[in-house]
Amino acid sequence: MADTRKGRKMKHIISALVQNKPGVLAHVAGMFAARAFNIDSLAVGRTDDPQMSRMTIVVIGDDKVVEQVRKQLAKIVDVVKIQDFSGKEVIARDLMLICVHLPPEKRSEILALAELFKAEVVDIGQKVVMIEFAGPEEKIEAFIEACRPYGIKNMVRTGTIAMAKFNQANGSESQ
Amino acid sequence: MKEKPSKGASARSSSNLPIKLGSEIIVDTLIEQGVDTMFGYLGGVVLPLFDKLYDAPINFIIPRHEQGGAHMADGYARASGKVGCVVATSGPGACNLTTGIANAMMDSVPMVAITGQVRTSLIGNDAFQEADTTGITRPITKHNMIVKDVKDLQPAIREAFFIAKTGRPGPVLVDIPVDIEVTQCQMTPFNGVDLPGYKPKAKGHHRQISMAAEAINKSEKPVLYVGGGVISANASDELRAFALKANLPVTMTLLGLGAYDQTRPESLDMLGMHGTAYANYAVQECDLMIAVGARFDDRVTGKVKTFAPHAKIIHIDVDPSSISKNISADIPVVGDAKYILTELTKEVQSRARKEWFSKIADWKKRFPLRYDTKSPNIKPQYVIEQIWEATKDRAIIVTGVGQHQMWAGQFYKHTRPRHFITSGGLGTMGFGLPAAIGAQVAKPDALVIDIDGDSSFNMTMGEICTAVQYELPVKVCIINNGCMGMVRQWQQLFYGKRYSKSSLQNPEFAAVAEAFGAVGITVDKKSEVKSAIDKMLKEKRPCVVDFKVEREENVWPMVPAGKSLEEMDGLDIFESMA
Ligand SMILES: Cc1ncc(C[n+]2csc(CCOP(=O)(O)OP(=O)(O)O)c2C)c(N)n1
Ligand SMILES: [Mg+2]
Repeated sequence: MADTRKGRKMKHIISALVQNKPGVLAHVAGMFAARAFNIDSLAVGRTDDPQMSRMTIVVIGDDKVVEQVRKQLAKIVDVVKIQDFSGKEVIARDLMLICVHLPPEKRSEILALAELFKAEVVDIGQKVVMIEFAGPEEKIEAFIEACRPYGIKNMVRTGTIAMAKFNQANGSESQ
Repeated sequence: MKEKPSKGASARSSSNLPIKLGSEIIVDTLIEQGVDTMFGYLGGVVLPLFDKLYDAPINFIIPRHEQGGAHMADGYARASGKVGCVVATSGPGACNLTTGIANAMMDSVPMVAITGQVRTSLIGNDAFQEADTTGITRPITKHNMIVKDVKDLQPAIREAFFIAKTGRPGPVLVDIPVDIEVTQCQMTPFNGVDLPGYKPKAKGHHRQISMAAEAINKSEKPVLYVGGGVISANASDELRAFALKANLPVTMTLLGLGAYDQTRPESLDMLGMHGTAYANYAVQECDLMIAVGARFDDRVTGKVKTFAPHAKIIHIDVDPSSISKNISADIPVVGDAKYILTELTKEVQSRARKEWFSKIADWKKRFPLRYDTKSPNIKPQYVIEQIWEATKDRAIIVTGVGQHQMWAGQFYKHTRPRHFITSGGLGTMGFGLPAAIGAQVAKPDALVIDIDGDSSFNMTMGEICTAVQYELPVKVCIINNGCMGMVRQWQQLFYGKRYSKSSLQNPEFAAVAEAFGAVGITVDKKSEVKSAIDKMLKEKRPCVVDFKVEREENVWPMVPAGKSLEEMDGLDIFESMA
């Protein structure tokens, strides 16, 4: 049957529990490259179980692409469990460090801006301030836009991490 | 072997098991996993392992090139259904294996490759003969591992075999640094393998099976589309029972050939780019397509958008990622073909489908595969037809890649599983001879015939010497058109006959064969084809027959890349020959 499922391209968050072994990250990253999947971000960290790590992957694509991403991830032997958060309610957070130019005359304005966003000033230099900001993607984007007029010197983001909210049918799917 | 390894779940506590060197542990664990035959090549970092292989009860075949070794393990696995095992040294040895590993990956062939690696302390230092083998082979293996602690050695080898042969089979590579081979460790009992991230599904979802049965029972114009997965699942008997009970026409992919007896009337033979017109028409008109162990490869579907445009699709496959990858399935069934076909057979009813079958019969009558039988020249199709006539279904046919491969698919009637061995997914020229050697090792009494192309054969012909050394009576029939025929065909059709770099100077293949110690026969007259084949079949030694066939012959029908299946070219040529 001709493929009727077009689907819209959008961001999907996929969480993968993987064995904490050398080469797993290379395997996952290599698979994404080899299959021409488009990754927006990839965050990796330890879990409460020292044998396991968790990868949170944000991919851009339509439903069909995300289905393939999920299946191809599941195929990797060291990937133990996959959750696809598409269509689920999630708590998703990014952490960012951003350095903004700090001319003396703008000093109070910029510090007030940080406070308004509940961002934390973590370091201050003579002409620059480093601000830590964690939150959902939209807020991060909004904060970046708010900083832009002052001149962003440098910024770094962890990539999204996410968990499903409790009050819904669970979206977890083991392979 | 001083100590027999414990088989299966052992009651002995591990403390009773001996302490051994890594190299001995490798050999013992291979034997424990059922290995009695291996292919491989020496090198510095595998010397400790080869020292233990010196008196191990393993039939060991040395190829002339590691690529040949990997294809041999592949041919061995396809002919026997067992896991093929190949070993190579680090760096160049491992790199030479890669084509063979990728080939096994694309065609889902169970294989375990063991590679030596430089000492753990040297890894990453650009040491002599160091290559990042696991890095290089990650995308072309089902799984790979590097063993950095001798304690992990036995589990790694066991996992490798388990992963290679279960689920959708594939190659697994274990990279073993030389210091691990010479470190001692206590053996552990084998209690099976349990991997948290790898649970292949054997049984299909029952509701899905019932839905599939219901759709089949309702269908007026079904087509059963069979791929190599049916052969790897050893499900040919179940397939036949299912097709006969439900009364279905059956078409096969190149890798599926042999899964269903092509001499039966309901066989539509091969579909796809060089498939039969009747198979392709049936696919384009069917109202239900039942795909089993097939993956809707682009050589099969042609233009995806217009593939089987009226059909509901049932897709049965052990690999969930194959389902809805190229074509979305209406009824996906994930599981082992053997199990699912058995269950499905219980639920399907027979239907006459007179109209559908008479339409198919009409296509078969109007568009059979044809070639110019009256030509005074040796037509490649004629040679293959004569091989079929002389051997019927007793031969294991192996091929190279190119036109001859397609003709071997079209003009030899494949009747039994594991009797047609060809490089489908990767399309690896040079596969034929070493794979034939592997098949012959697996089936010493079988008649193994490599139908090869002149250019393909050139790539790995040094392996004739391997066949001679081990007294493996493989037969090679070179369909010698003096060029890279398939490439020449594309250049003729799509590049205005500009035959850019598509012909090589060949040696006298018969003389080469003789020099290697095999029998060589040259055939340049049509009248000599039959007698040459008879002579070849009587020969107990490896034998190479060089058939000088007509150069400018093309494979028809042909669906040009990116076109719909019904847009086949060449049918007019068939009609002109009728
Ligand atoms: C290793 C490799 N290199 C290149 C190709 C591309 N290729 C496909 S068919 C073909 C020509 C094969 O010639 P031959 O073996 O003589 O077979 P023929 O088509 O003439 O029957 C080539 C070059 C390939 N499939 N494999
Ligand atoms: Mg040729």
